[in-house]
This record gives sequence, structure tokens and C-alpha cells, in this order.
Amino acid sequence: MSHIAFPRLDETIIARRAAIVGRLAAILPPECLIADESGRRAFETDALTAYRRLPLAVVLPRSTEEVARVLRLCRDEMVNVVPRGAGTSLSGGAIPQEDAVVITLTKMSRILEVNLADRYARVEAGVTNLAISEAVGAEGFFYAPDPSSQLACTIGGNIGMNSGGAHCLKYGVTTNNLLGVRLVTLDGEILDIGGEAMDAPGYDLLGLVCGSEGQLGIVTEAIVRLIPLPEGARPVLFGFDTVEDASQCVAAIIGAGIVPVAMEYMDKLAIRICEDFAHAGYPLDVEAMLIIEVEGSDAEMGAMLARIGAIAKAHNVRTARESMSAMESAQIWKGRKSAFGATGRVADYICMDGTVPTGRLPEALQRTGEICASFGLRVANVFHAGDGNMHPLILYNINDEAERVKAEEAGAAVLEMCVELGGCLTGEHGVGVEKRELMPRQFSDVELKQQKRVRAAFDPDGRLNPAKVFPLGERAA
Amino acid sequence: MTEALKPEREADVVEAVLAARHAGTKLDIVGGGSKAGLGRPRAEARRLSSSALSGIVFYAPAEMTLCAGAGATIAAIEAAVAEHGQTLPFEPMRPHALWGAGGEPTLGGMVATNLAGPRRPSAGAVRDGVLGLKLVNGLGEPIRCGGRVMKNVTGLDLVKLNCGAHGTLGVLTEATIKLAPRPETETTLVMAGLGEPKAVEAMTRGLGSPFGVTGAAWLAPGMGRDFSRTLMRIEGFAESIDDRVGRFAALIGEFGEVSRLSGEDSSTLWRSVRDAEFIAEPRDRAVWRVNLAPSRAGSFVAALGATSLAHFLDWGGGLVWVATAASEAAASTVRRAVASAKGHATLMRAPDSLRAAVEVFEPPSALGLTLSRRLKQSFDPDGVLNFGRMYDGV
Repeated sequence: MSHIAFPRLDETIIARRAAIVGRLAAILPPECLIADESGRRAFETDALTAYRRLPLAVVLPRSTEEVARVLRLCRDEMVNVVPRGAGTSLSGGAIPQEDAVVITLTKMSRILEVNLADRYARVEAGVTNLAISEAVGAEGFFYAPDPSSQLACTIGGNIGMNSGGAHCLKYGVTTNNLLGVRLVTLDGEILDIGGEAMDAPGYDLLGLVCGSEGQLGIVTEAIVRLIPLPEGARPVLFGFDTVEDASQCVAAIIGAGIVPVAMEYMDKLAIRICEDFAHAGYPLDVEAMLIIEVEGSDAEMGAMLARIGAIAKAHNVRTARESMSAMESAQIWKGRKSAFGATGRVADYICMDGTVPTGRLPEALQRTGEICASFGLRVANVFHAGDGNMHPLILYNINDEAERVKAEEAGAAVLEMCVELGGCLTGEHGVGVEKRELMPRQFSDVELKQQKRVRAAFDPDGRLNPAKVFPLGERAA
Repeated sequence: MTEALKPEREADVVEAVLAARHAGTKLDIVGGGSKAGLGRPRAEARRLSSSALSGIVFYAPAEMTLCAGAGATIAAIEAAVAEHGQTLPFEPMRPHALWGAGGEPTLGGMVATNLAGPRRPSAGAVRDGVLGLKLVNGLGEPIRCGGRVMKNVTGLDLVKLNCGAHGTLGVLTEATIKLAPRPETETTLVMAGLGEPKAVEAMTRGLGSPFGVTGAAWLAPGMGRDFSRTLMRIEGFAESIDDRVGRFAALIGEFGEVSRLSGEDSSTLWRSVRDAEFIAEPRDRAVWRVNLAPSRAGSFVAALGATSLAHFLDWGGGLVWVATAASEAAASTVRRAVASAKGHATLMRAPDSLRAAVEVFEPPSALGLTLSRRLKQSFDPDGVLNFGRMYDGV
């Protein structure tokens, strides 16, 4: 995977740039079009910042109809299109190229309808994840998927990547919390998929569009499920002397019929980094730590934590700390949720996102450590243990080109290991440009061709978010 | 009619599909055949049953994951996972009451039809519980979709696309599903005599509360009792359920007197709701399954008027089961009413002649149909697999 390639540019598009910008300017007001270079710079990358490519132009439509007009224009001009939300993709899902127009949905950020009786909200794609929960929290509801970037990331981006979060063990990921979308095809046609009802008719186009990384169309509106807030939530911290004890504790809890709302794992290095940043009171003398959160009434949480505590004890837990207040709970979560940011203060890092069956976690962690050590790199592990979604943070120095290549190679080796153990390349961040060339490790040629034919049913020429998801092969520059 | 093909391995399925494709014939794909009455009537086709692909491939209780051949029966899977205190979270509907056909419902049929039961609002549909699939497409190519882990966004989600696709995109050979702990106890709160609008209001209160309601149904007078019953189910650990049930009963007390059912009395009732037993008889009636927003259930039922010969509500009003005369006139009344309620309807049971004359599934928009046909072609360009089962050309 070292050094991600981009496809050859379409020079005929570059040559016609002025004309294309002129046509865009004719159908959009000035505040909805960015053509100057300094303005475009803000859209040259996302959260995979090691790679930057300047787009041809950036448009910021205000309505579904404007998106449709821009897409029709791009189709007629044979220009590639890169959809973008807040640009928080860790896999380079929103990185453009010089021959592509970026359509960013951030001006479409209204909550259009809240229907508490039917437990849904209809929102524009540019609304942030957290804004939905904030809009309905006082009424006792929330939107469940909670990616760490939820303050910034948009629901459109969440749908593009089928984003998860820390609490999806109980509530599922984006696809399980979506009732409908309004999709604009490359032809500028508008398709409403799903709606107010709990299931959608016909082929599950909603399930297909969710996680399609912007390659089937542009989602401009969504209908999302709202869920009643639990009466209370309480996390508990457990420290263990060995990785095996922590992993087996997770398996035993699930095996005992308990599904906590979250089970988060941190290794020694991650604990130290997060504790230094958040002062959450994490134990620094343990090899592995679990944050387990339960929800419900006081009686319910008490009963569940008693059962969980007994299981942890049987697995040699060394330190245990139950949150006694809302403030303490917030502090415990602050450490976990700021893990990526806190790590960024210590070193540059790449964050991998492979998933393994939970029974293989101890082996996966050991091999991750060995792989990174073999490249002479350090790794901090912080991840969703309940569902086996690992997030090894491989530390390196971004100014050292050789070390950056090593980090990418180590990351690729870790992901290949995840596939070998029965897991997958990406649990919630998406393939993007980052993991594109690894796809043949998980899928056969026949399977990739089937996926590409499905994509072609929507976009035969592959103009929407090109150079993502599928290996470039001979198209590489 | 020629004998059904019963492949025992994936390679046999590949061979059967290739043979049909080269001979220019069609295949009628079934699992146990227990839901063969669902869908547009089949064209002349050779039957292929996945029932011999029936082994459990692995079961990992600590991962709440099970993988089995598409022909494994739901009964066998439930028995296997019950030993470890687990269950299928989405309560798949059993077909016997409605269709009365023989045959055992299978894993493959469950995935292909995506018919979730009462726990749907809280636990998701069948499609939400399927982690991975193996299928053979119409080109005779084995395709793996998804995997065995709960979080997986690698590539296009062809798992979801195949759930509820009625076998039109591939012959399912294997599925990996997510399980859930089997609730230790359950209690159903029952309110007698509420009309639909009040019942929907009470169920909305319940499903919007933090008490973890996992079932909310309304049964019309005559369905087991001579008065209507509004049912709400709470499940969980013994230690916590009493507290929740008590406070929940107080919350909905303003709607009427609340009585309680528990244990086998409760679970038997919910099985009847799951399987639509209340409107299965008489057998000459057509049966519709209607999805809509719960708050529209009342006006939908009112718009049906006398066309509804019997109906009951599940999913807090979000699912309406309706029995009508098996006639085209009744079908158009249902379609009109469901359209103005912004919902969608499936004609679950009707004679072949009616299912040939009217749309069985909700008619898609022109663009939706175009895309559906292109997707069908991307998996099955020659239309070998269950051709026309869902829509014309799909």
C-alpha cells in the first residue's frame, strides 16, 4: 500500500477548466462556488492529511435541485465528482483530484422535520451527527450512531461510510438507524428511497447506498431513526495484568447473555497517552483496560454491573472503578473519545480500522504488536472490543518519508492479518483511497467485478468519487 | 414436472445454474418451500431447493454469531442457539399459519424474504441481523458478501441488497447471522377495549419510553377475546424487569386498566402475532402486510373501510396486517389507501390468478424500477433466477 497512487488526470478536462467553471458560475450564485486557488486549498484533503490534491472547483449547493443541476452539468462535461461532508474521513474518502469538482453539502444543514410519535427526524445531508441528538435530547430521544468525530462529521458522510461509533454494540451502525434517503443520481434524477416506515419496499437500495462511499449518487436528505434516551448510563473501568484476561472477560460477558451498550479496550500505551491528555483517572500500571458501559434504570444498571463485576473478578481484574456521578462518567469517556487527538499530540499516526472475530482478539493484538515492532514502530491500541473493531494507532514521524512508508506498510500488514483471522479490512472508516489496493486480499476478482457491476448500475462511467474503494490497476498514473 | 434439484455443495449449485443458463431455462429457487405462495406466480421453471445445504458451519456463542448452510431449518438453528441461552433477535415469521404449505422454513428463506416479527422496532429487521452471505449469481459465480464480524464496511453492502431480494439475485448457499441473548423473562402488559387511535397513542407512549418495550401490538375484538387487546412486552433480566414493568404500567395507566401476562402465556401470544395467525382464516381471503409510520395506521385503516375484513397492528402501528376479499377491486383500494398513508404494501397471500393480475410488491417509481432491473442484470443477466418474482423483469 505504500504511497497511495492516483489515476492519470484527464488533461482535456484540465484544459477546459475555465469553461467548466464558467458554466458552474452560470447556474450557481457566487457564494456557492469556489474557484480561486486559496479557496480550493481547504478542500484538497480530508483527515488522511498525508495526501492532498487540488480540486478543479468546489460547489456548495443549497438544495437538492441545485445538486441535481450541478450533477447534470458534470455528466454533460464528463467531469468527475467528489461528494464531501465535513471532510473528516480517515480513509481519504473525500480527497479530490485536479480534474474533479467537489460537491460539499455543508450548506444543507437544516433539520427539516422531527416526528417524535413516529420516532424519526428528516434532515439535510450536511447536518452534523451530534446536531440531531441535540435537537431531540430535551424530548428524551437521540440518534444512536456516535462516531468520535460526531461534533463535526455530517450525516451525509456517515451514510456514505456507514459510520459506527462506540455505542453500536447495542444500537447498531448507520445502516441500522436509517429509514430513508433522497439520492440524486449522476443524471440529476432524484430518487427517494425508504421513508417513514420501518422497512423499505423492493430491493434494499437503502442498505446498498449506505456505505457506498458516494459512488452511487449524492445523498441530500435523510430520514433517521430516533431512539428513546435511556434513563441513565454508567461506565465502569477495569484494569487487567494481561491482554488475554481482558479479552476473555469481554467474551465471557457476552457469553453470559449481557450486551453492554459499549465495551472499549485500551492498551498500556493508549492509556498513558489518554490519561496525560484527559486526566480521567485511568490506571497506569495495567496492561489492558476496559471501559464497559451499561444503560437503564438504577436497578437495572446495578443488576447488570453486579453480574459484570463478578465476571471480571473471575478473569483476574486488578483494578475496578464504577462511575459514581455524571461528571465522572463524562471524564471516563473524555479519555476514550479524545484518544485520536491525544495521540496526535505525542506523534503523527495512522489509524487502522480492521475488524477481527472477538475470539481472535488476543492473537490479533499480539500480532499487531509484532508487526509494528518489526518495522521499528510503536503502536497504541484503542478499540471497540465488543465487536472486534480494532483501531491500532501506528506512530511515526510525518517529516520522515522513509518512516511514513514503513507505517503504511505496517498498517497494510495489520489489515491483511485481520482478513486472515476471519475479519475485514475496515469496520467503520471505509475503504477510501487508503485501503483500495488491499481489496483483493478480502475479495476475489469475481466478487470485485460483481461489486463493480452493481456500481455501474448507478454510474456506468465511474464518475462519482472515482479512485476510491476499487483497486486502480492500470489506471494508476 | 421434473424432480427438484437438491444441490449438496456450492459446486453443485454452480453446476445447476450454469446448466440452466446454457440451456436457456429458468430456475425456481426455494429453501423448504414453506413460503412458495409469496411473490408473483412463478413462470415455467425447474425447481432448485437449497434444503440439502443444511449443516451448521460454526456457532460461536461468545461472539453471538452463527453460520449455517442456507437450507438449515430455523427450528434447528433455534434449538442449537437455545442451548447457549441465545436466540434470533428479529423473531422471523413462521409461514405455516398463513400459507399452510408443507416444508420447513429455512435460513435461506428467512434471509430472502426479510420478514421480521414483533421485535422489529427494537431489534431490527432480518437484514439488520445478517452479517454475511454466500451465494451463486446467475452467471454461476460464487460470491461472498459481508463476513462474520459485526462491523464491516469493506466494499458495497451486497448482504443487505440480497436480504429481501426473494432469490432474484443469487442462490443463497450460506448465511452468517448475529444472535442475541434470549431474554431471561418476559411480561406482557394488556389493556382491554381500546380503539385503534387510542391504542396507537398508548403504544407510541410505550415505544418512546426508556423502559425497553420489545413488542407493541393491537388485536381487534374477536381475535382470541371478544374485546380488543393492546399488548406491550417488556423483556430482560429477572432483577430488573419488575421495576421496569411497575413503572411502565404507571406510565400507560391513563389509557386504561393494565393486566399482566407472563411466561408461556405471553410468549404464545407473541408467536401468534408474529405469524399473523389472527387473520389466516378463512383461507380464501387475501392477506396484506402494510408498512407505514405508526401515526398513519388509524387513517389508513379508516380509508380501507369495509374492504378490510379483519386487521391487526404490530410494531406499535407501523405494521398493519389486513385481510380482504381476494379481488382486484380490494387490491386497488389497498394500494390507494397505502399510497395516501405514504406506506407500502405486500400481497402476502392470494390465489395465483390474483397475484398474476395485480402487483404483489409495492410498485416502485420509474427510476426505482429501472435501477432494480439494472441490479438484477448485474447479478443475473439472463434472468435465470426466480425471474419476475418481484417485478416484471426482476
